[in-house]
Amino acid sequence: MARLLPKKDAVIIGLGWTGAILAQQLTEAGLDVVAIERGPWRDTATDFNIGYMQDELRYAIRKDLFLNPVLEAMTMRNRPDQTALPMRDYGSFLPGHGVGGAGVHWNGKTWRFWESDFQIHTHLTRRYGANKIRGLQLQDWGVTWDEIEPSFDAFEYLCGISGKAGNIQGALQPGGNPFESPRAREYPNPPLKTGYPPMLFDKVAREMGYHPFPQPTANLSRPYVNPLGIAMGECTYCGFCERFGCANYSKASAQTTILPVLMTKPNFEARTECEVLKVNLTADRKAAKSVTYVDARGVEYEQPGEMVLICAYSLMNVRMMLLSGIGTQYDPATGKGNVGRNYCYQTSCGARLFLEGKHLNPFIASGGMGRTIDDFNGDGFDHSHLNFVGGAGISCDPSNGRPIGYRPTPPGTPRWGAGWKKGTVEGYQNAMNIGAQGSSYPVRENYLDLDPAYSDRHGRPLLRITFSFPDNDVAMSHYMSDQLEKIAKAFNPKSYSVARIQKDWNSVPYQSTHNTGGAIMGENPRTSAVNKYLQSWDVPNVFVIGASAFAHNAGMNPTGTVGALAFWAAKAITEKYIKHPGALVHA
Amino acid sequence: MPQDATRTWSRRRLLASVAALPILAATADGRNISGELPWSPFAGDPPRPVNPLGWYFFTAGEAATVEAIVDRLIPADELSPGGRDSGCAVYIDRQLAGSFGKGDRLYWQGPFLPGLPTQGYQGNMPPAPRYRLGLRALGDYVNRTYGKDFVKLTAGQQDAVLKGLDEGIIALKLAPGFDAKAFFELLLQNTMEGFFADPLYGGNRGMASWKMLGFPGTRYDYRDHIDKYNQPYPLGPVSIYSPMES
Repeated sequence: MARLLPKKDAVIIGLGWTGAILAQQLTEAGLDVVAIERGPWRDTATDFNIGYMQDELRYAIRKDLFLNPVLEAMTMRNRPDQTALPMRDYGSFLPGHGVGGAGVHWNGKTWRFWESDFQIHTHLTRRYGANKIRGLQLQDWGVTWDEIEPSFDAFEYLCGISGKAGNIQGALQPGGNPFESPRAREYPNPPLKTGYPPMLFDKVAREMGYHPFPQPTANLSRPYVNPLGIAMGECTYCGFCERFGCANYSKASAQTTILPVLMTKPNFEARTECEVLKVNLTADRKAAKSVTYVDARGVEYEQPGEMVLICAYSLMNVRMMLLSGIGTQYDPATGKGNVGRNYCYQTSCGARLFLEGKHLNPFIASGGMGRTIDDFNGDGFDHSHLNFVGGAGISCDPSNGRPIGYRPTPPGTPRWGAGWKKGTVEGYQNAMNIGAQGSSYPVRENYLDLDPAYSDRHGRPLLRITFSFPDNDVAMSHYMSDQLEKIAKAFNPKSYSVARIQKDWNSVPYQSTHNTGGAIMGENPRTSAVNKYLQSWDVPNVFVIGASAFAHNAGMNPTGTVGALAFWAAKAITEKYIKHPGALVHA
Repeated sequence: MPQDATRTWSRRRLLASVAALPILAATADGRNISGELPWSPFAGDPPRPVNPLGWYFFTAGEAATVEAIVDRLIPADELSPGGRDSGCAVYIDRQLAGSFGKGDRLYWQGPFLPGLPTQGYQGNMPPAPRYRLGLRALGDYVNRTYGKDFVKLTAGQQDAVLKGLDEGIIALKLAPGFDAKAFFELLLQNTMEGFFADPLYGGNRGMASWKMLGFPGTRYDYRDHIDKYNQPYPLGPVSIYSPMES
């Protein structure tokens, strides 16, 4: 029997980026909030310690800060007619674990999706006609640019994003990204300095007529005090960003931007090493009454709440809804069901160039010091005569020279022996990489559900991912590989190679922890799991916040948009919902 | 120098003194936190340097074979010492004796079914028994083919065997989802880990691989060099812990 606990105003599942933002905003509004986090408490001094955080083996290879599959695995297959099998180790993507979530070990790239993304179906249909997007399950998100822009601004100022605006209230800004949607004001901090490879890329791209600009990033270019009064430090270009916590307090995370204030509030409580098993609904299934969780010793508790905010990693959000019976399971055969649909990923390819006699010093890097062109991103270029929609940000953004993982060798170098060593030494200082991070658009047969055969340590079914890259996205990516090849040739390198995407998603090599969709926001309760405020259509005192709400994925890192959605949902809850609990949108 | 000696001593004392503490910290952590930003001294979990002496997982025969293998994968030359003298076999031994060898992070529930290449390893065997099985099968193959142990082969013969595994030409009788090529991949991956990881794990002795590449290790602050384009970084590497520093 679960021990029944006193009721809270809000129960938050997961204390990562979105959980921390929601907790901060709701406690400011006077609510009594508890956040229940599966992983451990983590802080900078203790867990991202400057004496041993630079341990590539421990953190990048053995994945010390990440979710272990022994706690929660997932199964995968490429097509619905195959048998899904568990990813016994995470490879292609690496979900976070513990307080701060994946916001601890991200690189910090903080983009805004574009106005045309939020109304993608309307936009593309108007520009190209309905035939152009036939076969894609593209949907408008339900929220407009003017509504969401202040929430992007709030997240960027919380984090202290370093960047250069490209469009302030419609006026294009020299040095910024001319393709971005209009923003109210400049970034809080100027761009980072950058290394030699991005500067070379900047020069070549400019000569080719493109519009390079510094990536917006949560690695801080100077000391900063955020609107909560929390001080952060300057990035040191240490080369231990992605997969590591930041020992310098210079990468925005829940730890560096929110927790020092949130944790001291009497109306907030965090319970760590406590795993929520499910959300309990009332008999009519129209309201959540509590969550059941189990602590580190295996003791089970029931925590009642006026509302439940599901703020775990995107894939876990979807699984929590399915395990709790919130919404209906999507079925790819019929296209019906609102939970599990529009699962998307990131469609990426890259080029590697070998220069001669250089000192590129790859170890001098931050997570987001790169240079990007958006000339081929989203619908920033004309697709009328192309066989796809969507696009990619093309970047030169070295993040590290950590030698277990980063050992580029010129084409033809053996993998071991004396020849290997010679090529490794030559490649280390002479290789540079250019990547195209492409959009991922939904199709009917890519989806999420519960696995019929495999379960976790509590006996609950694992999440099952069915995914292969849609033909549209493969065509898009091949086009990007062609662009990368043109750029690579313009460097006159000693040699180069261009990677091309395979249709079947491979779960083994690392690609991207940008899993989106499955509990998408939208205008219609039959085709979306949550409304424009990220409120469940089916159970209105449940909000589901994260990249799970993305109706598609753009050619950008998702965290900026995740943070904006968190502020947007918090605003709806504090300004509308708590005054008049109930559905905020009537279908 | 006195100052350096103090620093080394302090770090060692720190590494030793906190070794027993994580258990306490873990107990204290399964808790409710409210009204404070919790922090307590020595609650961190620093790494523990491996003992460089002896073998923890390998038998003497296995150790000799692995030392010979890592010395062909990473041969000694003017660029660096070889895999053996760099401690790669010691590194692999300690990894197999610990969490990695047991695979205790991984998902091990059945059913175990043959999978697609995109689904990754689907066998039921953690790395440590995979090594034991692979080394035994390799030993059998080499003895059958050459009439002697791997360590007694010439360097050229050893290379030929490793090439045969790498290219999938030599078949070993192993386990579902684990063939000769997969065994080679595991060996190669772990050897490179040992060669390039922080010396505290038993390999990369004297930070030889970092010196070879020009990787400065744990320095963590390059603000003074970020915009010195195309100039070599002037300082040598620093490790978290290196027996050669003392």
